[in-house]
Amino acid sequence: MAELVQYVATGLLVGGVYALMSIGLALIFGVMRVVNFAQGDFMMLGMYLTYFYAISGRVDPLLGALLSIPPFFVLGWLVHRGILARVTGGDPARQHDAQLIVTLGLSLVITNATTMILTPTPRGIPTSYATQAFAVGPVLLNQARSYAFAMALVLAAAVYLFLTRTDVGKALRAAADDPEAAGYQGIDVRAMHALAFGTGIALVAAAGGLLATYYPIEPTVAGNFIVLMFVAVVLGGLGSIPGAFVGGLVIGLVQSLTLLVLPFQLQNTGVFIAFLLVLYLRPQGLFGRRLRAV
Amino acid sequence: MPSRSRGWLAVGAVLAAGLVLAFLIDERYHHRVLTLVFLWATMGLAWNIISGYAGQISFGHQVFFGIGAYVTVLLVVKAGLTPWIGMGVAVAAAVLAAVLIGLPTFRLAGIYFGLATLAYPLIFRIVMDWLGYQEVAIPMKRDDPGWFMQFTEPRSFVLLALGVLGATLVLSRAIETSRLGYRLRAIRENEQAAEAMGVNAFRGKMAAYMLSATPAAVAGAVYIHAILFIVTPDAVFGLLVISQTLVVCMVGGTGTLWGPLIGAALMVPVSEILDSTVGDRLPGIQGVVYGAALVVITLYAPEGLYWRVRHALRARADRAAAVGRPPILAPADEDGARPGAGPVLLEVRGVSKAFLGLQALSEVSFEVREREILGVIGPNGAGKTTLFNVLNGFLGPEAGEVRLLGEAVTGLRPSECCRRGMGRTFQVVRTFPRFTVLENVMVGGFVRERRVGRVRELALAALAQVGMAERADALPGGLTTLELRLMELARCLATSPRVVLLDEPLAGLSADGVDVMIAMIRRVRNAGITVVIIEHTMQALLRLADRLVVLDQGRRLAEGPPGEVTRQPAVIEAYLGKRWLARAGSPS
Repeated sequence: MAELVQYVATGLLVGGVYALMSIGLALIFGVMRVVNFAQGDFMMLGMYLTYFYAISGRVDPLLGALLSIPPFFVLGWLVHRGILARVTGGDPARQHDAQLIVTLGLSLVITNATTMILTPTPRGIPTSYATQAFAVGPVLLNQARSYAFAMALVLAAAVYLFLTRTDVGKALRAAADDPEAAGYQGIDVRAMHALAFGTGIALVAAAGGLLATYYPIEPTVAGNFIVLMFVAVVLGGLGSIPGAFVGGLVIGLVQSLTLLVLPFQLQNTGVFIAFLLVLYLRPQGLFGRRLRAV
Repeated sequence: MPSRSRGWLAVGAVLAAGLVLAFLIDERYHHRVLTLVFLWATMGLAWNIISGYAGQISFGHQVFFGIGAYVTVLLVVKAGLTPWIGMGVAVAAAVLAAVLIGLPTFRLAGIYFGLATLAYPLIFRIVMDWLGYQEVAIPMKRDDPGWFMQFTEPRSFVLLALGVLGATLVLSRAIETSRLGYRLRAIRENEQAAEAMGVNAFRGKMAAYMLSATPAAVAGAVYIHAILFIVTPDAVFGLLVISQTLVVCMVGGTGTLWGPLIGAALMVPVSEILDSTVGDRLPGIQGVVYGAALVVITLYAPEGLYWRVRHALRARADRAAAVGRPPILAPADEDGARPGAGPVLLEVRGVSKAFLGLQALSEVSFEVREREILGVIGPNGAGKTTLFNVLNGFLGPEAGEVRLLGEAVTGLRPSECCRRGMGRTFQVVRTFPRFTVLENVMVGGFVRERRVGRVRELALAALAQVGMAERADALPGGLTTLELRLMELARCLATSPRVVLLDEPLAGLSADGVDVMIAMIRRVRNAGITVVIIEHTMQALLRLADRLVVLDQGRRLAEGPPGEVTRQPAVIEAYLGKRWLARAGSPS
């Protein structure tokens, strides 16, 4: 029993960071209808920025994660302006393939360029709390993961408040629901897309920074996470922000609980099987609405 | 057919050129590059079958490449089986995998399908790691190298790869020029329209997936023997395999066998040269080049080089050949006596359908008799289109039954309804946008006939029947609304239907257009085909229909000859309004 509680607690802690990553992806999909393959690579870049903050400026990675938000917002905005704006805003059915392929290309460029420049050697940020744990009764909570979890919750709540309480947030949601009608209401849909993409990238970079407190940093790290994010977002219903958040937590749980029944190497098969099951049984996700069939 | 034999000739020419190149080149390294070009072209062609022709973008096609590699190598290692036979086993395994993956995954459409395919190679990667196959080397067989595909002469691998490419080109060409090819492209262009025209989309996709798994598995097997000698999960199931495949296809162009060929010939040598010159100093250079190629090509030539060049050439030819085309002549009105209605052809009994609490149809019953024109009218939201969707199988009803010629067709796929004689047009014309008018109509023709040449004649005849023969080579994008509706009617007629369901065929037409269309619908009936027609405008239906069924809020309000139906107070109240009553009441 204590073992089970331990696995659930570990799963939830990890899931909090997955949730933050997935919110970024869900925001981009929800507003722009773009599935961003390169999301994991921006996360990887976020890990590196936090690493360099820590190494060169002795900035604590938890603060470093926050400090990576502004530069990555700008980066996301630029990538949207330069690349994605050219393959969005038309007929989504015809543009989906182009978007997937563009972002896949971006992902390849980022991963491999990072390998070229920073070498494939894994790096880590030494922190005092990475190896410490809080003891809650018999359950041990890794300190780094607990801090990361708490920060992820705060950021996710901030995003939620931004979307529901501010005018810009409301405009963003309007642009997501019906771009054409939003356009007639004087909302600059293109600017909303840029805002969504910038925010989505900034969030995933921050999640990367939090992850860097306990996960090795290397150029190919994206591959381990991008599918987890897809799963979380599909699980939550493509484009739903609260759904993606819950989806991220669920993925953490599934990953952790898989260890109870399967060997360590097969940890992610549980996640993939959950992914396929959700796609087959409930493609609209746990929170999404079913799209029109014919 | 000259263009057909020209295509085969071109395939032959490519293979001959490959052969000449293989013997002209002498250096080992160049042979390696040439082998890679052939293998990636093969892999691209494999992907092109499911994603290019059938339009189901797969991000996990390396799963078959990896199965081909692993099965062949493990058979050598564990059982000492020659890869020449092992490849056959590998292909069987890949096709089986395609079936197992396809069965659940083709229930998903569009983006969901692509995302799901992503997961399969990842699962294989993890499982191979777990099984302890992180690195499997091909054991050296010095006594019998040829029997174990271990040639010392690199040219042998070039020829082997060329052979594989040749077979894949022949397969692709055979698909392109066959009924299957037309059907796959129709699924890509508009799945619903294809289904309504008798194309079983699920079966078509499955066939394409199985066919596309085959060359991918062979390419994987040969790749390991010719290039890698050691198989690792990352090398065959990894993201770089699918990226390379996508690059080759996207750069060259999809939906044609020339695309992957052009893409491979351009991109593989570039990346190999980069890799061999600066690869050890810049380890990720290949990935950067491929990624950049994907981005640049999607932004600036998303259709790929082959189509880019072809359209440019076409446009020039079109401008040269532009001549005034005669307008469609309104055919003589062949009204005459309305033929007596025959026996019951289509029977609708107690059909109900709800969407999330909205009762779109409740217990609708009526009959359609042979050779009559039955009009279905009702205000917006009365359930008219839903009724059609239930009749031809797009929707399954919660209750009730539809019988065609005495046989229940409820719950059958639209394609099966079409095969049994139910044709259908759509409220908003659903074209196959990249097909010519003739090809659009041909898709319908394949329901009764397999031979392409025969179907072309059949489709031309159907076009002539609606006065559209002149426009056979135009693309739907350049047609007027009337022409689009006539094309859709011709496509429907090409399926040799017993009954056609026409969903607002007069919508958006000018007064002249309405006359042409009405005359055309009469012609269809006079040719012995039963017509069920949805219309908004009472005036047109009064001229056309033998009987009317009036729907309101999902219920059948009235049924009978137009004169009787329009006099019923319930109909007038629900649909026609008081003014009609005043007019109908006054003597005219």
